[in-house]
Amino acid sequence: MIETKHVDFYYSSFHALKNISMRMEARTVTALIGPSGCGKSTFLRLFNRMNDLIDDTRVSGECLIDGEDIYHKSVAVDELRKRVGMVFQKPNPFPKSIFENVAYGLRVNDIRDKSFIAYRVEASLRAAALWDEVKDKLRESAFALSGGQQQRLCIARALAVSPSVLLMDEPASALDPISTSKIEELIADLKKEYTIVIVTHNMQQAARVSDHTGFFMMGELVEFGETARIFSCPEREQTRNYVNGRFG
Amino acid sequence: MKGSRRVIKYIAEGLFTLSGGITSFAILLIVIFLFKEGAGLFSSPTVERGYALCVHASNPTRVLDAREIKRAFDGEASAWQEIGTGEMTGEIALLRLEDLDALYPGEMDEAGEAARRRVEEAIGDRPGVIAFLPEEYLPESEEVARRLETGNVTGVEFFAGGEWQPTVAPAARLGVLPLLLGTVWVGFFAIILALVPGLGVAIYLSELAGARARAWLKPTIELLAGIPSVVYGFFGLVVLVPFIQGMFDLPVGESALAGSVVLAIMALPTIITIAEDAMRGTPRALREASLALGATHWQTIYRVVIPHSSSGITAAAVLGIGRAVGETMAVLMVTGNAAVIPHSLFEPVRTIPATIAAELGEAPVGGTHYQALFLLGCILFAITMAINLSAEFIAARGQKGGGA
Repeated sequence: MIETKHVDFYYSSFHALKNISMRMEARTVTALIGPSGCGKSTFLRLFNRMNDLIDDTRVSGECLIDGEDIYHKSVAVDELRKRVGMVFQKPNPFPKSIFENVAYGLRVNDIRDKSFIAYRVEASLRAAALWDEVKDKLRESAFALSGGQQQRLCIARALAVSPSVLLMDEPASALDPISTSKIEELIADLKKEYTIVIVTHNMQQAARVSDHTGFFMMGELVEFGETARIFSCPEREQTRNYVNGRFG
Repeated sequence: MKGSRRVIKYIAEGLFTLSGGITSFAILLIVIFLFKEGAGLFSSPTVERGYALCVHASNPTRVLDAREIKRAFDGEASAWQEIGTGEMTGEIALLRLEDLDALYPGEMDEAGEAARRRVEEAIGDRPGVIAFLPEEYLPESEEVARRLETGNVTGVEFFAGGEWQPTVAPAARLGVLPLLLGTVWVGFFAIILALVPGLGVAIYLSELAGARARAWLKPTIELLAGIPSVVYGFFGLVVLVPFIQGMFDLPVGESALAGSVVLAIMALPTIITIAEDAMRGTPRALREASLALGATHWQTIYRVVIPHSSSGITAAAVLGIGRAVGETMAVLMVTGNAAVIPHSLFEPVRTIPATIAAELGEAPVGGTHYQALFLLGCILFAITMAINLSAEFIAARGQKGGGA
């Protein structure tokens, strides 16, 4: 379960997130939608503290994963990131073999047991619905895969370290429709085991894959609720205009 | 208006094309000149032009090579059995112009008929003689004194020769090995010494330094590349050489080590700048992917950043070597310049560029020594070109990316 309480976020003097309080249940899919620059990606990157990489940023309020404040001083960021996996907008496999891409997270975890690594690689590739396509070429470069396969490889890579949360930042925006639908099927499948937060520009995608949807605008959470309700009868005027495609 | 603009355009284009062409042609000519002068060495006589070696007419020896001539004149070989084909026996008697001068005071001052007769007389008295004389002192008939064939400088002698003594008479020793090995020796250790700190600084600048530290350090390091090498040499001579001499308790501080250290310092800016650029070129997406998997900053550096920039780092090292191999002045000042095959880091060595710089001024134009120096230049050219090409190749291969 992920929860934020009155979270504010600043890029130096720019107030990017304003007083966001939100609750995402375990093993559900939460979609974050909103026009470009509304802060939804920034919000997503709070949960694995990727925003820490940017100089001169500041966060206030509480950000809890399973009840633990992930911005508390005692939290080791690399340990947090092993629990909170992330899939990026563009597929970003390492210039290594398919096998080594998936094994990477295990290796940086100092896991040396070869049979365990092989087992986790296979399990992760199966969970990412990629195993059958790559099982005969695990030693080949990840760059030999198609864009959609690369993205599923990146999902497998994230799953290999057994996270409980999976953050997805527009995971299908760089893919063709067939690859996109494969990713969406995968999300429906993965939600049985993982808490998924997905940022998307694609309204239909949000409607198809998510249980809850949060609509962001100008750094504020305008409306948050069950996906079906957000898309059929939103409470706020702005939400209605956005989901009906009047702006954004 | 339009017409004149078009004319100006044509003139400008023509000028640029012309200047480009002339420049390329000039560079080509320089390279051709270098190789032409260098290649002349192999048609140069072993014995200095204008001089000849003579033996007694009864001596069956026809040919002597440079090594044998040197052994005879250095006193290493005292009997004919030790040199030549072995047909001639007995003691070797050396005869130089100054010996004749001592025998016949005042008579040898000019190369006239009288002097030539004295030469004939002196050679005739000594069956085991080997005389080294200017050609104009040689008797015309070969009844008493016969000229030896000494042949031309050979490729084997030059490329496989272990001694560089270009000014010894009568036959200069032009073996390039001591110089080549000296160059490689100094350059190799320079790069070993430079690589670790160079990569360390590159990693610091690219991965660890704050924006402000970077903004200061990067230009400062690049500035180091602009310091004239003679300044580095001066620093080496005044600071490094005495330091090395004291530290290792050496008879002289001028050594291969001093050269390597100075070269390492000089190669650092190149290595740091290129390696740092390569590391910073690692896509942000790859770093984020690694960090998002829970890798620490260090794990990301050595598992993602360094492998990704390995071709750039290799290119940096190779270009650093290129700089080290071609560097002249600083090395000339601190290595002691003894043309011997190096056995340790603490001996004086001499590199190819230092040899050229030190000796070209005193080598008579067109002579054997002069041509040998040009050939050294050709070797240096070939080495640095090979190094630069391999750096290009490595960098280009890296850009294609991919691979396991």
